[in-house]
Amino acid sequence: MLVNLGIGIPTQVANHLPAGLHVFFQSENGLIGTGSIPEEGMAHPTLTDAAGQPVTALPGASTFDSAMSFGLIRGGHLDLTVLGGLQVDQSGRLANWTIPNKMVPGMGGAMDLVSGAKRVIVAMQHVAKGASKIVKRCTLPITSMRPVDLVVTELAVITFCDGRATLLETGPGVSVDQVVAATDAELVVPANIPEMSL
Amino acid sequence: MHTISLGQTVRMIPDGASVMIGGFLGVGTPERIVDEIVRQGKRDLTVIANDTATPDRGIGKLVAAKVLRKAIVSHIGLNPETQRQMMAGDLEVELVPQGTLIERIRAGGFGLGGVLTQTGIGTPAELGKQRIEVDGKPYLLETALRADFALVQAFIADYLGNLSYALTARNFNPVIAMAAETVIVSADNIVPVGVISPDHVVTPAPIVDYLVANA
Repeated sequence: MLVNLGIGIPTQVANHLPAGLHVFFQSENGLIGTGSIPEEGMAHPTLTDAAGQPVTALPGASTFDSAMSFGLIRGGHLDLTVLGGLQVDQSGRLANWTIPNKMVPGMGGAMDLVSGAKRVIVAMQHVAKGASKIVKRCTLPITSMRPVDLVVTELAVITFCDGRATLLETGPGVSVDQVVAATDAELVVPANIPEMSL
Repeated sequence: MHTISLGQTVRMIPDGASVMIGGFLGVGTPERIVDEIVRQGKRDLTVIANDTATPDRGIGKLVAAKVLRKAIVSHIGLNPETQRQMMAGDLEVELVPQGTLIERIRAGGFGLGGVLTQTGIGTPAELGKQRIEVDGKPYLLETALRADFALVQAFIADYLGNLSYALTARNFNPVIAMAAETVIVSADNIVPVGVISPDHVVTPAPIVDYLVANA
């Protein structure tokens, strides 16, 4: 399975893989088989991740140019991407690349990843500065028209499989009412919502 | 292919030229050519590259020294100086999705007028672009990019100009080498012909115009 992790919370995914699951991590700067941070003194200036930081390469790794890297992403070869988010709306559209006039970093590979990966998971905080990040409609410029598959926050797991935000799980010790109160989007709440098992 | 000194290399680049530069956050950028561009005080260059690195590194140095008139890049998030100059109207920045940017360059180097991609549809990246439907699916027409110069960093160059690259320092380098009128290469190692086996040549020698001599 080929997986691309975004910067921030998504990077943590690599530290919580189930035993026995073999995953190749891609760094879009041109590496499959991205490993952990090198031990002190073992960093190589031309072995880096998409944040420009030194990494290691695992056995079976491969390197390639940016055209190949984005061919993998757009061409249906990337099984999963986990990305950070600024807002997700109730139809699953993600905004994660700019806050106009405030934060203009450029979209980098985000638009290609959301448009091209087979499955898109957003890992983010549920609420920022008192405002829900799961909104009726994105007020920030969106990253792609393609809806994401799943949002995972500290409060809930929400799916968008049928075009509507549907609660799948609550966080440990979090009630359904707490999730609903922290969610601006219209949330479909089926009966018997299980708690996340960590 | 000609071997050339660093100073001569940069004297070939006139003010106002368009320049593609390899590198991803400075990794795989021909740093000594960048330094010489700053030293010679070039002005009004248009740079086409993945990003503008950090203010003290790679293309970031060109931003800091106000060498650039325009940057066509996918990411400026680690260079606050690029953002500041952009907001102040001193530097024109065209932000392009990374996969679209590399394909536009590839198209320029491969004799294509452009590419069709679904990336960017319905987002600000669609502004001013034509939508084309193929087999019932919408795509954006992204036009080809070429430049006057490509500044390439290789890991190994042989005396004829065959190139191979190192790990993640490859990134945009072999693609820009196809898309410029004049291709200039800086290499970590310059070796006799034959040291790079034919299977491991990534950029073939006839593509390269100038190899910068090592100091």
